[in-house]
Amino acid sequence: MADAKVIPFGEEPRARRKARRAERAGQGAALAPVPEARSEPEEPAARRRPSTGRSLDEKIAGGLAFLRRRITGDYEVDDFGYDEELTDQVLMSLLRPFYEKYFRAEVKGVENIPSDGGALIVANHSGTLPLDGLMLQVAVHDHHPAERHLRLLAADLVFVLPVINELARKAGHTLACAEDAQRLLERGEVVGVMPEGFKGIGKPFADRYKLQRFGRGGFVSTALKAGVPIVPCSIVGAEEIYPMIGNAKTLARVLGLPYFPLTPTFPWLGPLGAVPLPTKWTIQFGEPISTEGYPPEAADDPMLMFNLTDQVRETIQHTLYKLLVQRRSVFF
Amino acid sequence: MGKVVLVTGAARQLGGRFIRRIRRDPDIDRVIGVDAVPPEHHLGGAEFLRADIRQPTIARVLAETGVDTVVHMDINGTPLGSRGGRTAVKETNVIGTMQLLGACQKAPNVQRLVIKSSASVYGSAPKDPAVFTETTPPKSLPSGGFAKDVVEIEGYVRGFARRRPDVAVCVLRFANILGPCADSPLAEYFSLPVWPTVLGYDPRLQFVHEDDAIEVLRIASAEARRGTLNSGTFNIAGDGVLLLSQISRRLGRPTLPLFLPTVTWAGTALRAIGVTDFSPEQIRMLTHGRVVETTQMRETLGFHPQYTTGETFAEFARSRGPGLLPPECLARTVDKLAGVLPAR
Repeated sequence: MADAKVIPFGEEPRARRKARRAERAGQGAALAPVPEARSEPEEPAARRRPSTGRSLDEKIAGGLAFLRRRITGDYEVDDFGYDEELTDQVLMSLLRPFYEKYFRAEVKGVENIPSDGGALIVANHSGTLPLDGLMLQVAVHDHHPAERHLRLLAADLVFVLPVINELARKAGHTLACAEDAQRLLERGEVVGVMPEGFKGIGKPFADRYKLQRFGRGGFVSTALKAGVPIVPCSIVGAEEIYPMIGNAKTLARVLGLPYFPLTPTFPWLGPLGAVPLPTKWTIQFGEPISTEGYPPEAADDPMLMFNLTDQVRETIQHTLYKLLVQRRSVFF
Repeated sequence: MGKVVLVTGAARQLGGRFIRRIRRDPDIDRVIGVDAVPPEHHLGGAEFLRADIRQPTIARVLAETGVDTVVHMDINGTPLGSRGGRTAVKETNVIGTMQLLGACQKAPNVQRLVIKSSASVYGSAPKDPAVFTETTPPKSLPSGGFAKDVVEIEGYVRGFARRRPDVAVCVLRFANILGPCADSPLAEYFSLPVWPTVLGYDPRLQFVHEDDAIEVLRIASAEARRGTLNSGTFNIAGDGVLLLSQISRRLGRPTLPLFLPTVTWAGTALRAIGVTDFSPEQIRMLTHGRVVETTQMRETLGFHPQYTTGETFAEFARSRGPGLLPPECLARTVDKLAGVLPAR
């Protein structure tokens, strides 16, 4: 089924493909300067404060003020345990090298995320470990003009595991349930969800870039109830970081995990095998799908929910195929 | 005809403060405090009747005094003073509530019932939503301890509300009540010099100040003000959330992170020698945390707490004195460091 969708791109008349490529190049040229122009005036002001445009003394003073606030407990967290200061100053700085240097992620269409008010970003999920979610968070945080903070919805397994649950809560993640999602959306936050869940992240390498079933589509009714737009997001590159060639199901069951990945390097090389492959990533945000025109009772209409879910899913799948056609190689 | 209010749990600090507060209320004619032991504090001129709510005598008290408002505050996690263990507490909580509700059902004068419940009724589990509303069903029912008592009590109260629809029933689910004279297991835990915590978990906690607790009980036990409704179930908590790591830093008490099984074992050991009532429920709360939604409290009940969670904790910290690592000292050290560095 999914293969059938790939074929049209290959069979397109050459002239049209060329025209489209030219158009795309034009688009790229038009888009590319935008983030640069945006980031120039902002960088010294707010973001990456410690790294650019400040003397060593100022940096030390800033670091000490931060340390002082941390050790005396003088900071705020929200109801979900989100620690904005820690996320901005520490967690994002730890993730940024992976995002910029290791995966060399390229972001497209970040302007599709509204500058204010709630929005639900729906993305594909892949890569055995949920690095795609974290990179998505860095992408939104670093590239959006309004510096929006992405609040991810995570699987319950995340909140069972020690240390990980603590970090996830502090980074602003919360449990993927309708109550939490709706509360965040109503507060006007940008919420990220990966409706494929474990089916997407733990799928074999052979099935890469084939979207799995989108749960029960609960995310659509939540967005509809909160009246926020749905922003489809396609992430290319995450599928190849840990090529999962096998799944040790018995071991997974013993450990209480949804799957136990076997990759060409893991677990054979031990911890070294857990190093992700340095693939080149592209994160594309699509046109927002408005949910405003629907009456309040529409959230209880299963047919409409299925249709909207399919629409979002198709958009992401098509964008994935488009990005794959454009991609020169997995690693460059 | 003025009101006659019966308050259970009068020998507790909070009960005593509540009685003294409503004694000053001009609409209330008579306040009757009830408890199994005489209170050590004064009750501001209110009557005290020594009656054990676990005994049927409570029905006679209700019938003879013509009580119209019952404020049930004798629902507690810890025994009063040193006597009695967990068994006695559980009996007072559950059997006491059953007897009291039975007595209320037989008393035609009773028009209003206020229950001091607890947010522990929601339990604490990693699979729960981050914020509990009054209608959230708990994912895992509390298996024992105070939380299970509260679940059972609320069950009996719902049964009573069905049988006596003419009585306005108000269930107040309090987050952790803290204040200068709070006597809860959590306050005991906070006064330990070094806090054993669960490694890899940082629970979110909410607090209510004692003054706010008394004020909201007063609102619930009086006639509803215009535009508000004071029967039903309400979560009561101060604004904002504090993490356990954050409050340990603010109070200057170091933490000792332990593996979860070790904490459970240590809790059992401490309980056995009677140092602290560190029940499994308490450990779950200090592992996964609990946050409740308070929109209903604001909009329906019309109560706006005076203290936020942070202010409540600051008040409490002031009453407890500094810990081993006072935050002021640490701040001074950092300031000194800041003074030395640029000079270099």
